[in-house]
Amino acid sequence: MFKYSLHATVIATAMLFAQAAMAQDTAPMPEQSAAMAASAPRDPSLKPVFDEFGGRPGLVALMNDFMDNLMADTRTRPYFVDADREHIKVELVDQFCVILDGPCTYSGKDMEKVHRGLGINRAAFNALVEDLQTAMNKHDIPFRAQNKLLAKLAPMHKAVITK
Amino acid sequence: MGMYRKNRATWLIGLALSGCVISSVAAAAGVESASDSSTPTVSNKLLLTGGVTQVEGSAGGGLTPWAVIGGYGTSDEIGANAFLTHVNLPDYHLDEVGAMVGLYDRVEVSFAQQRFNTEQVGAALGLGRGFTFQQNIIGVKVRLFGDVVLDQDSWLPQVSVGVQHKKNDQAGVLQFIGAKSDEGNDYYVNATKLFLGQSLLVNATLRFTKANQIGILGFGGDRNNSYKPEFEGSVAYLLSRNWAIGAEYRQKPNNLGIAKEDDWYDAFVAWAPNKHVSLTLAYADLGNIVIKDRQRGLYASVQVGF
Repeated sequence: MFKYSLHATVIATAMLFAQAAMAQDTAPMPEQSAAMAASAPRDPSLKPVFDEFGGRPGLVALMNDFMDNLMADTRTRPYFVDADREHIKVELVDQFCVILDGPCTYSGKDMEKVHRGLGINRAAFNALVEDLQTAMNKHDIPFRAQNKLLAKLAPMHKAVITK
Repeated sequence: MGMYRKNRATWLIGLALSGCVISSVAAAAGVESASDSSTPTVSNKLLLTGGVTQVEGSAGGGLTPWAVIGGYGTSDEIGANAFLTHVNLPDYHLDEVGAMVGLYDRVEVSFAQQRFNTEQVGAALGLGRGFTFQQNIIGVKVRLFGDVVLDQDSWLPQVSVGVQHKKNDQAGVLQFIGAKSDEGNDYYVNATKLFLGQSLLVNATLRFTKANQIGILGFGGDRNNSYKPEFEGSVAYLLSRNWAIGAEYRQKPNNLGIAKEDDWYDAFVAWAPNKHVSLTLAYADLGNIVIKDRQRGLYASVQVGF
């Protein structure tokens, strides 16, 4: 009898923790961390990765396939169909180029501002990552190099996922 | 003996074949869903980030649960898996089936049934050749905080707590060998971190348990009958989107006077051609089990997701 009530207590406690954690997840993010997530941090240690991506021309070619994938994917298409896709591709090339310490400057808008009101959820964000992975595979970018870029992009979920 | 060997071989070939059939069906299904114009409502987590099914039915590696919630559902979705596992040891074998549901990337509920066959050892101990311990396990895991994939700008891991309720069907034999109960609960807390830049996943689990040989030999014993914290760890290296290799360690208690119990180790390779199927092969060292030392063998598991 005692054993079962102990069991129930542990589960109840776990549920409480989970609720607290859930509340924490949905709490509004402080301005500063949002701004940090939005900026594209230049990382000098990623210069070799920039070369593995084929430099700036490699990024331009990659972005063409990436956008094609996004448009072909029913999960991501709605977010791009009415957008200026050529402009987005240029911005993405600059952004990736800066993250990988390439000779570029990113003059694009604040990540949070651009994505505000788009109602992007986690599923759509993950779908975008998959479409990027597919494009990187097509361009024979080594898996480890892909992950080094994705590790820099992943924290941007805070600015992008609003739903 | 020869017959057992043959049975095992048949079983393993069957498992491999079913894996192939399932994966081709799933691949076909994947092609279909890609051309489907409706928005999918499940399967949106990234490949292999949900782990595979561990030996007690929870999402994890082969031996240890991870903090991940099983299935490919995100916070808006439900995911589900079914699995078949076979462990082929020199003097025993284990057959296992089960299923799990992952709810909104928050709660995982799992069921597993283990059938541990003692083969000739059963005869030697007077239980009868092929004597089998059957254990049912119901698991609940709750993610407390953290995101194993996306939190790449902090050292914070994904952390979960869980319980595995286990019930063994051989109460009489368990009492005879010195176990204090035929059922028990394992409580665990685990932390899992993906170092994406290094393509490396690391997991640490602290389990509070009284289980002898994970419960196949009952719970508690003549030597010790209290909960002990045991450490479990996994490392996995991602080779590609579809392949991972890794190793695991699982510390175990030593409650029974009749036979010492060793810690477990394995080295594994996992293959997920798509989100609907994964195949895990491991070489597992389970040490001494009752009167037999050096129980090392093949662990094979196939998982199908919906």
